[in-house]
Order: sequence, then C-alpha cells, then structure tokens
Amino acid sequence: MRSDRGQSAPLGLKIAAASGLLFLHLPILLIFVYAFTTEEKSFVWPPPGLTTQWFAVTWNRPDVWEALSLSVRVAAISTAIALVLGTLCAAAVSRTKFFGRETISLLVILPIALPGIITGIALRSAFSLADIPFSFWTIVLGHATFCVVVVYNNAVARFRRTSGSMIEASMDLGADGFQTFRHVVLPNIATALLAGGMLAFALSFDEVIVTTFTAGQQQTVPIWMLEELIRPRQRPVTNVVAMVVVLVTLLPILFAYYLTRDGDQIAGSGK
Amino acid sequence: MTSAVSFQKVSRHFGSVRAVDAVDLDIAQGEFFAMLGPSGSGKTTCLRLIAGFEQPTSGSISIFGERAEGVPPYRRNVNTVFQDYALFPHLNVLDNVAYGLMVKGVGKAERHKAAEEALSLVRLPGYGARRPGQLSGGQRQRVALARALVNQPKVLLLDEPLGALDLKLRENMQEELKSLQKALGITFVFVTHDQGEALSMADRVAVFNDGRIMQIGTPEDIYQRPRTRFVADFVGSSNVLPPDFVQRYSGQHRWGSLRPESIRVSRAASGEGVAARLVSTNYLGATTRLALDADGLKLHAVVPAGTALPAEGEAVMLTFNREHLHLMDEPA
Repeated sequence: MRSDRGQSAPLGLKIAAASGLLFLHLPILLIFVYAFTTEEKSFVWPPPGLTTQWFAVTWNRPDVWEALSLSVRVAAISTAIALVLGTLCAAAVSRTKFFGRETISLLVILPIALPGIITGIALRSAFSLADIPFSFWTIVLGHATFCVVVVYNNAVARFRRTSGSMIEASMDLGADGFQTFRHVVLPNIATALLAGGMLAFALSFDEVIVTTFTAGQQQTVPIWMLEELIRPRQRPVTNVVAMVVVLVTLLPILFAYYLTRDGDQIAGSGK
Repeated sequence: MTSAVSFQKVSRHFGSVRAVDAVDLDIAQGEFFAMLGPSGSGKTTCLRLIAGFEQPTSGSISIFGERAEGVPPYRRNVNTVFQDYALFPHLNVLDNVAYGLMVKGVGKAERHKAAEEALSLVRLPGYGARRPGQLSGGQRQRVALARALVNQPKVLLLDEPLGALDLKLRENMQEELKSLQKALGITFVFVTHDQGEALSMADRVAVFNDGRIMQIGTPEDIYQRPRTRFVADFVGSSNVLPPDFVQRYSGQHRWGSLRPESIRVSRAASGEGVAARLVSTNYLGATTRLALDADGLKLHAVVPAGTALPAEGEAVMLTFNREHLHLMDEPA
C-alpha cells in the first residue's frame, strides 16, 4: 500500500488502523510476555518478575517433546497424502470433462466447509464401526481429509491457468506421460503444491477438534496445551511452546505467501 | 513413392457429431498442403488425427507407409506448431527448442548446439537465454517453429500458426514459411480458415466443410474451377449463379460461378448484358467492391480503384466474358 507522496492519511484513519492491528496481535504478544513471567500458578498482569528459566524447563520436559514429535509426524504424513491425492484429483477435474465432475469437485471441498466436530464424530463412528483401534494412523486419516482440500484448491487453480496445449506439445515433442509430468506439469504446479502443502501442514499442526475424536492416548501439541492449562503447575511452559510454534509456523506461511504471490508469471503466460 | 500422409475413409465422431466424416486424403512427400475451411469444418481434427492427439473412429491413417492408428503422439515422427504456440513458460528459449532432444536423451552440449542452429534457421540467433514471456508474438511463433523443426520431423503440422499475428507480420511469415519449406523439403500440413493464406502458400489445398472434403486441388483449380457452391463462395467469395441464369449463357442447366473481378460494370441503361442496380460500394484500397442486385440475384463485382463509378442506387449494365463463367459439378 502506497499513498501519494507527501500526503499522509488522516489521523482518525491512522488510529483506526493501529487499533485494528493491536486488536489482532496484542493477545499474541501477551502470550509471549507470559512466557517470561515468574508467576507459575496463574497469569497475573503485570507479571511480578521476568525470567528465562521456563525455556530450560520446557527443554527438559519429555511430554513436550513427545507432543511436538507426534504433531510434526502427523502433519508431515497427512500433508504427503494430501499432496498426492489432491494433485491427482485436481488434475482429473481440470483436465477432463466427465459425468459428475462438478459433484466430485464439491465433495472434495466439503470437509473444510463442514464443522470439524461433524467430521470428527463421523470419523470416530466409522472407525469404531470398522473396529479400527485409535492410533497414530487414525489421526493422520482425520487430518488428511481437510489437508486434501487445501492442496486441491491450490492445484486446481494452477491447473486452470496452465495451457492445456503445453501437455500436448510435450507429447508431440516425444515425451511420454511420465516425462511430460516430470518436465512440464510438475515445474508448472510446483509452487502451488509447495504453498498448498505448507498450508496443509499448518492446518494439521494446530487442529484440535478432529484430533480429539480420532486420537487414542496420544497428545498432539494443541491437545497437550489444553491439558496443560487445567494443571496448575509450570504454566509458562505452555506459553514457551506457543511462542516457539508461532515462530516456527510463521516462516513457512510467509514463504508460501511469497511463492503464490508471483505465481502469475509461472504458469499460463503462454499467450 | 509412398504418400507422406494417407487417409482412407477416416471418420472421427464425437458422440453424434461427425467432426470428420469418411475423409480420403493423400499428401505427397515434400508437399505444402493446406487444409482450408470455416471453424468446425473438421480441418483441425484432421490435423490432430495426424499428430496422434485423436484416434479415428473408423478408417485408417498411414504416415510414410506406416499404419498410425494406436500409435501415441510421442512415437510419431511428426511435429506440431500449435495455434497458441504452447511454449513452456518455465524454460528459456534454448531449453524450449531443445526439449524434444532432451526427452530423447541427447546430451546437453549436443542438444543446445542443435537448438542454436534451429534458432538461426528461424532468424532468432542469440535469443536462447530469454524467457518465452519476454518475446513478441512473432518471435514466439518462430521459437515454436524451431522447437518443432529441431526434431527433423517427416511431417510438420501447423495449426493456424499465423492467426494471432498482425497483417504485416503475417505476410512476412507466409513468405518465410514458404521458403523454409522449400529449403528443408519437409512435408508441411497447414490448417487455416484464411483462403488468401491457403492460396498463396500451398501447393495443394483441401477445402473442408461439415467434416468432409469438398474439393482438393491446386490453388488455381480451387479458385478458378470450384466444384461446388460452397467452394465457390468460401474461396474468394465467388458469385454463385443459379441454373436458370446459367442456362441463358451456356445452354446448360447447371450451377455456375463467376469471379467478382470478371464482371464489368457500365452505366449504360440498355444494350447487351445483365441489367442490375448498384446497391453499395465498398472501398478496399487497391480495389472497390460493388454489391449489385440483378432482378433479385445478389452479385458482387470488384473493380480497380480509380474506376469511375455510378452512384449507389443507379441502374447499371453488367457484362462478362463467357469463358469466365465456370460450370460447377454440383447437381442443379
């Protein structure tokens, strides 16, 4: 955003913009501040004292590491599944016309439109009906349902902007299906997949509702945090974890934003 | 000599639509062959049948004597210049041109050398490092041409390759394509809806309508001796004359055609000729096109610019040389 040089916005507008930003980000900053508080039983404002001891405490708590590791593994595998299924589905829907194409398109997007609690209950009853014990893999399946949507949406948009004759040109020049995918399709959709994959990863990482219905005894990071808030001991540890998670997820999201921002120059500029 | 491309009773139906309907076709080696027709006439489908993007519903296709049905596009020694050029936006110009050699496993140094040569051939030397997005329409077209030619195809297919270019560029490209084809000796099959383009470039022209070939012949054949009303009208907008009219001048009850430039228009209100009324004049630069009404029969005449013309709405007398009245095969 750039206004004309020398002209500054009216004071009222500046105040409104600043309060909007504060409203959005002040709570997050508060979480950061509480990570340094000396009071461990409850959150009091202002903090009675500042300390960095909670970082060391967090580092030495095995339950934090377990939750983090589970979350990362679930997110990674759900994202991988979503990348394969989402791309295939997007390719089918955007490349060919077939009976029920619009219906499939809608059905793929539905899981993200449905409230998570519906997806969660549905999956839980499906799993118990099929006698599948709750495990790491049931969480992955639950997360994959909405990760697919994110990848699909990104891929389908990119496919639409990619000229269909490019694939024919590749075949015409002697490339078989696999070579065409490797040398033409993949380079053109790669950034869309990367962006979709990162969003899917982030979604899976902070998912609570579906996880509570599909997890057994395992705790992902968000579930661990919820449990932790009830226990009146070493509260700032939660804040330390929250802070780390924010910082770690912010970077990929900024990167994904950067990648899709100039996506226009990547595909579909054939004409 | 075996034909470069041969169609025997080839049909391609999409559901109930007969895009190509029982087409017989023989394209000779080294020929510059044009497929001319309005959109939806089946000419592009024929091109895609040769390229392998479509398979015939029935009939057989052979390319240099080899049966082509079921052979995928990547196993045919045929290359295409696409209407939208279909350059790969993620590769630079050199890698675009070298693509065909790359997928065949030719080493980097060798394929880049061949690509450079192909770029010189289309008069774009030194453009290798650019991206397709940085090129003008005419330059992209040349890159598309180089990308096809680098594979040394036996047949080069061109799908309306000049459609997106402006007039001046189009005329230059026509000459260049023609001389390139002569120099390389490759069979060119060219799809166009522009009759001027087909007539000026091709050795032979096939006129398509409704999935069928109406007439195949040299440009002169097609232009001077159309066999059906459709060909007469589509190629150079000839005047189509009804059998009753033709009978008065030739004694035969058949459909006839008369080229607009064969009609002489004079002011005389009586005497020999066809009495008509000048409906409108249309100035075209080198020539002027006249719309005429001869007792309900609508005719067109083209006269050189600078000819003294009667006013619109005036009565005129039309004369023509009877040799120029062409009788068509189409039954009356």
